[in-house]
Amino acid sequence: MFQVSAKIIYNNKIKKNYFEIALTAQQIAKSALPGQFVNIKVSDGSEPLLRRPLSIHRIGRKVARSQSHTSKEKEFIVMLYEVVGKGTEILSTRKAGEYLDVIGPLGNGFDYEGRPPQSAGGRPPEQCGGRRMKDDGRIVLVAGGMGTAPLVFLAERLRERGTKDERRRTKVLIGAKTKDSILCEKEFRDLGCEVRVATDDGSRGFKGYVSNLLKKELSTIDYRILTIYACGPIPMLKEISRISLEHTIPAQLSLESHMACGIGACMGCVIKTRDVERETKDVFEYKRVCKEGPVFEAGEIIW
Amino acid sequence: MKPNLKVKIGKMELQNPVMVASGTFGYAEEFKDFVDLKKLGVIVTKTITLKPRQGNPPPRTCETPAGMLNSIGLENPGMEKFIQEKLPFLKKTGVPIIVSIASESDTDEFITLARRLDAIKEVSAIELNISCPNIHEGRRARDEGRLVSQNPQATYEVVKAVRNVTRKTLITKLSPNVTDITEIALAAERAGTDAVALINTLMGMSINVKTRKPKIAMVTAGLSGPAIRPVAMRMVWEVYQKVKIPIIGMGGIMDTESALEFFLAGASAISVGTANFINPKTTIDIIAGLKKYLEKHKISGIKALVGSLII
Repeated sequence: MFQVSAKIIYNNKIKKNYFEIALTAQQIAKSALPGQFVNIKVSDGSEPLLRRPLSIHRIGRKVARSQSHTSKEKEFIVMLYEVVGKGTEILSTRKAGEYLDVIGPLGNGFDYEGRPPQSAGGRPPEQCGGRRMKDDGRIVLVAGGMGTAPLVFLAERLRERGTKDERRRTKVLIGAKTKDSILCEKEFRDLGCEVRVATDDGSRGFKGYVSNLLKKELSTIDYRILTIYACGPIPMLKEISRISLEHTIPAQLSLESHMACGIGACMGCVIKTRDVERETKDVFEYKRVCKEGPVFEAGEIIW
Repeated sequence: MKPNLKVKIGKMELQNPVMVASGTFGYAEEFKDFVDLKKLGVIVTKTITLKPRQGNPPPRTCETPAGMLNSIGLENPGMEKFIQEKLPFLKKTGVPIIVSIASESDTDEFITLARRLDAIKEVSAIELNISCPNIHEGRRARDEGRLVSQNPQATYEVVKAVRNVTRKTLITKLSPNVTDITEIALAAERAGTDAVALINTLMGMSINVKTRKPKIAMVTAGLSGPAIRPVAMRMVWEVYQKVKIPIIGMGGIMDTESALEFFLAGASAISVGTANFINPKTTIDIIAGLKKYLEKHKISGIKALVGSLII
């Protein structure tokens, strides 16, 4: 974890209320994993008081030339955000060249190397799907609204590590309210993923929720799904969780919660989880979205 | 001349008067990447109860104008697990450790906790959290079951009982949710507390008008942050005029300037709380800032500043 003063490289509106911001936070960029987030102070002073957690959308790279004419590649972090309240409103007005105080990378990200997320308490990989990457199954990413942001980073890393055949095996289902709010379709396609779109109003692609699109996929596919990675609104994640358990497909879900500190100190962002070892219904445990999460296994969350 | 930041609270000699408020610094390990812990005057733990507590259901926090509400409900691993799992790291910091303890208004539990801690030499002091507004689940419905720190007699009894079983430095943390905080401070002083810490959070509430639901699951919660600073300041000033024991001042301290205000109002030491969530380095910035202020104004030591408000 680092606390850095990061320079804004750009902060552009990409569509409607959606913005993309790039920050020079090399230490964070170098160590970040898909599903992790940063916590940003959007203004000086007390309004708003708290930082704003944003998931890392991708890692950018640029060639920086030093005075001795040697060129060096420098990584930076990119976040995608929607203006939804006072904090993100202020963030959207911040200009390139200004500095923001940023803490990160935070939390436990997606497991895509066969290692179960820390939150699951270290279950063996065969129960989590990751290590079976090399057989003929596919990975499915389900993105709802702003939940698209961290899944692009994941798709990038899946591409970097896989063979050509494996790259083709990532399927992405993107859900949005209307066709104007579909995010990152091109990014996923450029990464070699197969993309399907669902819109609530049917203005493009499948009409309905992206969870229903997943259900439809499951009824027609002739391949095996190894792992579902999902991020989006809570009702969507709840439904994905139900579907994944019904079909016994491992699913990793990235959650959002109101956070005060983001570093595991305040205990404010907890969610109810079941003890995976004991499997007893009435025994539950609160886990911190910022520390044990934000990625949890579908089976451990008590909705 | 190097300004002297040293202060004495009870039996503790602190290298500087900057502390962290219980519940805002975890068990210090959470902050090790951001803060050079050995520079702190003292570390105060999140409150420990005898048995583990799961805490209150979420949502537990929400942001408010220049502040935040919380109703965590003292989630903690319980005394024994704390000693086994959290204390070893705290010991390694080399900084005096204050363990904050609470019970659901059962004096016997306070005595058991204090006895257990009294036997641990690395624990420098015990803070009695008799002012957490978030632990009496049924409190809303009935008028009794008030906080210990809302009643001078109850405060006297708990402090006295703990005083009888420990020789360690004893700090009593007071609630601002009272008519006259000086009565409670005096009761704690009479019962033998070495210092009083004030203020705990102010009771507050916030509603989501779209859903018509409270923003906190427990409905009411504790308000902290810069929003409560003027209230805290006034209370420190009032208590300073009544008690002889040191005051640890807190409530919305965000930077050196707000810390200085508390010393001027009568605090011998200060605690950083909510600011730890926003800038984890706040304590370190304040320690450096206090030194600079004393140097600039040619004041020999922080003690000279305490209660030096000019009226």
